[in-house]
Amino acid sequence: MIDLASVHKSFGTNAVLRGVDLHVAKGESMVVIGGSGTGKSVLIKSVLALVQPDSGTITVDGKDVNKGDRDAFLARFGMLFQGAALFDSLPVWQNVAFRLLRGSLKKPKDEARDIAIEKLRRVGLTADVADRLPAELSGGMQKRVGLARAIAAEPEIIFFDEPTTGLDPIMAGVINDLIREIVTEMGATAVTITHDMTSVRAIADKIAMLHAGKIRWTGPVGDMDASGDPYVDQFIHGRATGPIEAVR
Amino acid sequence: MTMLASVGAGFLGLLAAIGRLAMFTGQTLSHLLRPPFYGREFANALMQIGYFSLPVVGLTAFFTGGALALQIYSGGARFSAEAVVPQIVAIGMVRELGPVLVGLMIAARVTSSIAAEIATMKVTEQIDALVTLSTHPMKYLTLPRVLAATLVMPILVAVGDIIGIYGGFLVSTERLGFNAAAYLQNTADFLTRLDIISSLAKGAVFGFIAALMGCYYGMNSDRGAMGVGRATKSSVVAAAILILAANFLLTEAFFSA
Repeated sequence: MIDLASVHKSFGTNAVLRGVDLHVAKGESMVVIGGSGTGKSVLIKSVLALVQPDSGTITVDGKDVNKGDRDAFLARFGMLFQGAALFDSLPVWQNVAFRLLRGSLKKPKDEARDIAIEKLRRVGLTADVADRLPAELSGGMQKRVGLARAIAAEPEIIFFDEPTTGLDPIMAGVINDLIREIVTEMGATAVTITHDMTSVRAIADKIAMLHAGKIRWTGPVGDMDASGDPYVDQFIHGRATGPIEAVR
Repeated sequence: MTMLASVGAGFLGLLAAIGRLAMFTGQTLSHLLRPPFYGREFANALMQIGYFSLPVVGLTAFFTGGALALQIYSGGARFSAEAVVPQIVAIGMVRELGPVLVGLMIAARVTSSIAAEIATMKVTEQIDALVTLSTHPMKYLTLPRVLAATLVMPILVAVGDIIGIYGGFLVSTERLGFNAAAYLQNTADFLTRLDIISSLAKGAVFGFIAALMGCYYGMNSDRGAMGVGRATKSSVVAAAILILAANFLLTEAFFSA
């Protein structure tokens, strides 16, 4: 479904991606792990063509992500951003129904609002939240609204960028469970980037570890603990010593 | 040699900045004729830029018109030309002070607000979110604001001109002893159609510049609070300088003959 081949991306002299190869199969929940600043966000933004790689190819169902009808391409995706990225000036329901209020997926306003409220319920929020502004919500509620927005148009592929960052452990658990349930019931292909190992175990079918600009290891989540890769071992156990240099 | 190199690098940097701004302007204008159009965003921008700027525009114009009348009266008294107050207030407000002051007030109020809003949206990934939701940021954020500012600024300038002239009228009749009817007659007789057209045209150009600078610096903001602050400051400075430069060029174009 999603294929990256030898993808390189530098920002000035900082080479972030140095030949990334990755395959995500249809219906699979892939979690990309790696330390802060290793290029995980750049990786998924490259798939969405928000960032242009310097070289390499990225295809979805065999089609180059930079070619063809951009609207139709993006309509297949939903994305939960790290900080939820809700539009401050719009009430919650219009954030959730943003895609349903304009463009090729446009629906009548009442119908779009009903769908938004249903999606809000799906992520555990009540209808009274619908008319509030994002700034009036807690961080956990904003993440849920972001999740509702990501799934509002029932996309085939959903990206989750650090879905539990900044949340308390209980709320993080709630978000992890929601992501797992939603991905399973929608049959969507999911790519999550995180360095939260609780999330990894809750969400992933398969894991890829990004280190030094390359995919260091990839395999099913069940094989992670016995990967035999010292980098993966150090990362998943959170050890300060090992092959991954920790800046002190 | 080092000095020459730094001058050259500075010049190249300036050319690159002009090129980036020209491309941004071209991209903005290219969306004018290509649907979809975001009417609600446009209406909201009209309200924010036009309606909510009326108090600051009115107050600025009123006090400036009043001060202008006092200055012309006291300056004119040196060579017994106190009677020209109505004419000079009218021409001064309509040709120069109205458009320029309204332009600068809009640069302070609107350009800064647009730059800070868009820069914050960029820093918090809201711009990326727009793209993933199949919405072009230039079409959704830039075009409505630039179009609204260009269309509403002539109205603001007209309001500013009228209130400025009224400020001068009030000071002249209440403080300087001018006859009200004669003052108004002199004002109306002296102003030409070209004065009014130039005033409104300047308003449209200044509105375009003010909104464009806010959008440009907002879209190109660096990360973090410092990036947002720098984008906001740069947008206001650039808008103010470009408005004053454009004012000179437009004055040259309208009145140099």
